[in-house]
Amino acid sequence: MSIEILMPALSPTMEEGTLAKWLVKEGDDVKSGDVIAEIETDKATMEVEAADEGTVEKIVVPEGTENVKVNAVIALLTGDDDLPAKKKPERNADVAVEQVTKPDEKKQEKSAAPKAHIVEVAADPDLPEGTEFVKQTVREALRDAMAEEMRRDENVFVMGEEVAQYEGAYKVTQGLLAEFGDRRVVDTPITEHGFAGLGVGAAFAGLRPIVEFMTFNFAMQAIDQIINSAAKTRYMSGGQMSSPIVFRGPNGPASRVGAQHSHDYASWYAHIPGLIVIAPYSAADAKGLLKAAIRDPNPVIFLENEVLYGKTFDVPKFDDFVLPIGKARVMKEGKDVTLVSHSHGIVYCLEAMARLQEEGLDVELIDLRTIRPLDIDTIIASVKKTNRLVTVEETWPVCGIGAEIAARVQADAFDFLDAPILRVTQKDVPMPYAANLEKLALPSADDVVEAVKAVCYR
Amino acid sequence: MASRTSSKAAVRKPAKKPAAKPVKKKDAGMDLSSKAELQAYRDMLLIRRFEEKAGQMYGMGLIGGFCHLYIGQEAVVVGMQMAIEEGDQVITGYRDHGHMLACGMDPKGVMAELTGREGGYSRGKGGSMHMFSRNKNFYGGHGIVGAQVPIGTGLAFANRYRGNDRVCLAYFGDGAANQGQVYESFNMAELWSLPVVYVIENNQYAMGTSVARASAQTNLSKRGVSFNIPGEQVDGMDVRAVRAAGEKAVQSCRAGKGPYILEMMTYRYRGHSMSDPAKYRAKEEVARMRQEHDPIEQVRTRLLTGKHVTEDELKEIDKEIKAIVNDAAEFAQLSPEPDPSELWTDVLAGA
Repeated sequence: MSIEILMPALSPTMEEGTLAKWLVKEGDDVKSGDVIAEIETDKATMEVEAADEGTVEKIVVPEGTENVKVNAVIALLTGDDDLPAKKKPERNADVAVEQVTKPDEKKQEKSAAPKAHIVEVAADPDLPEGTEFVKQTVREALRDAMAEEMRRDENVFVMGEEVAQYEGAYKVTQGLLAEFGDRRVVDTPITEHGFAGLGVGAAFAGLRPIVEFMTFNFAMQAIDQIINSAAKTRYMSGGQMSSPIVFRGPNGPASRVGAQHSHDYASWYAHIPGLIVIAPYSAADAKGLLKAAIRDPNPVIFLENEVLYGKTFDVPKFDDFVLPIGKARVMKEGKDVTLVSHSHGIVYCLEAMARLQEEGLDVELIDLRTIRPLDIDTIIASVKKTNRLVTVEETWPVCGIGAEIAARVQADAFDFLDAPILRVTQKDVPMPYAANLEKLALPSADDVVEAVKAVCYR
Repeated sequence: MASRTSSKAAVRKPAKKPAAKPVKKKDAGMDLSSKAELQAYRDMLLIRRFEEKAGQMYGMGLIGGFCHLYIGQEAVVVGMQMAIEEGDQVITGYRDHGHMLACGMDPKGVMAELTGREGGYSRGKGGSMHMFSRNKNFYGGHGIVGAQVPIGTGLAFANRYRGNDRVCLAYFGDGAANQGQVYESFNMAELWSLPVVYVIENNQYAMGTSVARASAQTNLSKRGVSFNIPGEQVDGMDVRAVRAAGEKAVQSCRAGKGPYILEMMTYRYRGHSMSDPAKYRAKEEVARMRQEHDPIEQVRTRLLTGKHVTEDELKEIDKEIKAIVNDAAEFAQLSPEPDPSELWTDVLAGA
């Protein structure tokens, strides 16, 4: 009876990778714990260990194969014939990381996302006609943005946990230490409150720090320095002092990491005058807006998304691609209903739109890109056209971005609304760990479809 | 990041004096020239008279909110200021009026900020605890206990990043010395050899809580021991001792040897803030400090007994200082309130 060896996930959000190398060949005997292959993503290379004993019966995926989906069968092992056939989807092939592969159900939900791209998304209106594009992941785009700005301005430096030698916990700072050295790419101790404050001081002195939080969940330890020192000092000093600093890192729900590591802070920071808050979806926006954030004289909260890091997008090939802060993007024009979202919320919207399109509903999709200052004009203009609005975000409903948008729209476009504004959000509970509960807690394309139909009275 | 391999802890031992009393050591080597003594007298007197005036104006309702007076602690900032050079940075907490005056900021602008007027350093938008001067390298004025410590460490980081030899003085109190972010800062400062002098102004009460009731280790100069940061206790009521210790610490920083801790044993005569009747300490304790350790009286006595100056000359200085403070008070009352349009300015910087 054959045992299937499956492509393992290196992280909860990995969807595919390259099978770089086989260290065994067909006919070899392997023992549990033997390293049998190496797999690669854009983040890292990991060794795959056999979890069972047996003989390699067949190598299904040859080495060098790219884009091998997680949980695809990569080899077959001839096991002990006396044992009943067993299939252990998560344990057949294991990797030396703490996370195990996610259950199939979760994967299917995630892998459904790309098909949503059948919705025609308009090119960024800020781009000149005939712009050439390259394919890049969000992770690479962010790295390039930092590298370009560091080349341009000697005052720009990156600091945070594991940003230098480890090249970033999520590999966003890959290659920066090699190019810029440890003066400008600074590994810190695990001391968020301290290094956030230190960054503010360096910014007061005229440097342009990029402070990476391994995740924004840990930035709560630093939030006093972010709000009381970085955001308020300009006002309190009558304009004398400023904090040109970027606080960046992954924000929002990841996958199967529980309540403390799965939290969207967009509305927390959006509440604060003196801060700019950016939360991009695409790699192009991530690059153009991060470059803008680094150049901005104000403190900027730059909210990335772990789930999006590995997604590939077209990024304009420009010498100096900088996007305007505070400008939403109409990703697709439509006449029946306006959907407003940002960051990973766009994934649900795209999938929902594809389904709604089949049902004859023409959706206009707005990606906020910047949360503060909010581009309310773009939203109002859209609502005046569609007369219906649904907001989508991965945070809790209470005092969320959707709540703010609803308040502003009812004040400025009350007479244009043909239906109450609905919000699609995370459920109002801490993020559960169990796969099924997590799925229930998160917003989904189904939720978006349902809300859109509700405001369209369908 | 290059980090030092040798430990400095063994080189300089903290003074073995109890925390509650000022160190009384008299060292001939720390004597100031009569010219420097006179300058110190003038600078301390300006702070004393300014704070007394601020106290009065608070009582008259001209100053709102919180107002933390520096009376009694003058020798600390004045002595430290004598130890630094043009371009070195200063940052402190909310008991900050003395630091601003010692940095050379205009008493008019400071007082007008206290009254919340257009002529204030922050155009009335900061108040007592939040004032800054880029010109004078004064980086605030911070209202959150301990927050200035990582920020000051960041100023020192910028000095090292730029490869200049500037030093940052980061002041904080005995209360802030128990904040976690202080130790996060100590760790990074030593790890990266940052040029920062941590000046702990131990006035013996964190609001109403004495050091002994709040600190497991009451000798705060030892708080850097596990980071290998040298620390010393200094008689913070004696401007000569402060200057001498300050020079040593600043030189060590300038030489690239990393941070330094100075625990200034000092005393505030007034309550924590204007609304504090200070019932947590005996009247006799305050009276004894004023009579026996007053930083200004010490200098005055030395100047007179050494016959460096006459009573009349000192009176002349007193008169000048009084005039400066009165001018500041008048300016602070005549300066108009900020224009309503100021409400919306300075939230964000234009790109």
